[in-house]
Amino acid sequence: MKQKLKSYNAQTYIAYALIAPAAIYIILIVAWPLLETIRLSFTNSSLAGEDYVGLENYQKMFSSKKFNGIVSRTFIWMFFSVSLKLIIGLIGAVLLNANLKGRSIFRVLVMPPWVVPIAIGMLGWLWLYNGYFGIIAGVGMRTGILDGPFGFLAYKQSAFISTIIADVWVGTPMVTVFFLAAMQGVPRDLYEAAYCDGASRWDRFFKITLPQITPVIITMSLLSAIWTFNSFEIIWILTEGGPRGATTTLIIDTYKQALGNYKFGRGAARAVVVMILLMLFAGFYLALLARINRKISHG
Amino acid sequence: MDKYNPFEKILIYSGILVFMTFILLPFVEMFYASLRPLDHLFRSPYQFYSDDLSFWAYREMWNTVPMLGRYIFNSFFLASCVAILTLLFVIPAAYAYARFKFPAKNTSLYLLLAINMFSGAVILIPLYKLLRTLGLLNSYQSMIIPGVAFLIPTSIWLLKSYFEKIPIDLEEAAFVDGASRVQILRHIIAPLSTPGLVVVGIYAFIGAYAQQFLFAITFNQKKEYMPIPTGLYEFIGYQSVKWNEMMAAALVGMLPVLLLFIFLQKYIVEGLTAGAVKN
Repeated sequence: MKQKLKSYNAQTYIAYALIAPAAIYIILIVAWPLLETIRLSFTNSSLAGEDYVGLENYQKMFSSKKFNGIVSRTFIWMFFSVSLKLIIGLIGAVLLNANLKGRSIFRVLVMPPWVVPIAIGMLGWLWLYNGYFGIIAGVGMRTGILDGPFGFLAYKQSAFISTIIADVWVGTPMVTVFFLAAMQGVPRDLYEAAYCDGASRWDRFFKITLPQITPVIITMSLLSAIWTFNSFEIIWILTEGGPRGATTTLIIDTYKQALGNYKFGRGAARAVVVMILLMLFAGFYLALLARINRKISHG
Repeated sequence: MDKYNPFEKILIYSGILVFMTFILLPFVEMFYASLRPLDHLFRSPYQFYSDDLSFWAYREMWNTVPMLGRYIFNSFFLASCVAILTLLFVIPAAYAYARFKFPAKNTSLYLLLAINMFSGAVILIPLYKLLRTLGLLNSYQSMIIPGVAFLIPTSIWLLKSYFEKIPIDLEEAAFVDGASRVQILRHIIAPLSTPGLVVVGIYAFIGAYAQQFLFAITFNQKKEYMPIPTGLYEFIGYQSVKWNEMMAAALVGMLPVLLLFIFLQKYIVEGLTAGAVKN
């Protein structure tokens, strides 16, 4: 008994020793800055120094109309972007799941927007959205939909929509790949049994595929919501949050406040709001994952 | 199972065509623009067609963006450093998660996942102040240090699943035969886990190559340390952009990761989806 206890402890020590370097690194570079951000949000910190100012940063932030606009804009932006990614991703996965020639090539060809550095992909989109010479304006002018050059990123509404489309372009491949993997995990005999019972292809999709991949759909919507919420590079490169704030989301605003004017205190207060929202998302996600795992292990 | 009739086939293929156009159009248009002469690009009314396509822009871009070579080197250098450092931190940790039972094992694994969900943007302020105090702003380190932290979590999960596939019996047999832990590591685990290490290393490289924007524009203003995405982005701010050369440079900048990914996509996708789908 004593022997066993000792070996258990030794195992624990070895494990902790092996994990320690990674753990310490993450604590220093991620965990400590998170806590420090919370502390800074109660100060007027800048490059010059800092004093505690209590809740001033928060009071100013929440009483400003602009900030409330930014929060609601963030959620509207997120809602459209995530729903489009899920819908297009699901359709894409169904198409690529069809047992037809060439599907293995198509499956590789979906992935580039996901792998390529987002910042470089956005340089391409800047060109596509060019009001005079970009292909979208070009097609628009040639077909007569546009009666002249149109800068997609220069007007409030079109910039808002354009950044969403670019974000959907970046996010769709991953959603597609995950849905596809899930569809392939559905046991084949379910389909064969349904086919023998005379179920149509439509029925098989709605009564077998969809229910079977629902857990993945739910997890992907949460994950996708988190990443979309965090999306920085796309908006920053396309519009820097403009024109006149039309594409300024919480993340962009946080960045501008903190590092545009070096008002660390105000920036930190926004970062704390972002953090709280992210923790809510993460909590949902982890709870969901734990539930799905429990379901699987209980059969 | 039933076969698709010709009508259904056409329907599915045209669906795929539309879907693929959305995904690939930007790349095709970037490539096409890079081949066209500048005065053809800037033609009004808009023209789809150019007759004298050439790779001229690929030669000219090195003059227009004088530090392009340096940016490319920086991107490779930064991504390699980040990937190697990530592996050094991740190998022992992933091994511990795969092989040992210890208190708080599952909790800490889920905490790692939670870290993945934080954007670098929320911790920029303390990191900026920290790097400034250490005198590390405007250096390679200012991009490498935060970069590694955000790749550790997923890499641990990925590598852990590779380690778990190595049968524990092999290790136990060697242990019974009197091999030391170091010997087991060198002669059994290291050779068997090489494929997994390569995949995780490449995942980290691609991730590090892709993440070179936020930290790079925030912590580094010096041109000689800029990676490609930042270097090109900064360049777009200048006067009139030579779009054909810009697109050529952008394509050259994305080529390395694209090639790496195409060769290894099967393994990487398998590893990543396994974590989310089957768990």
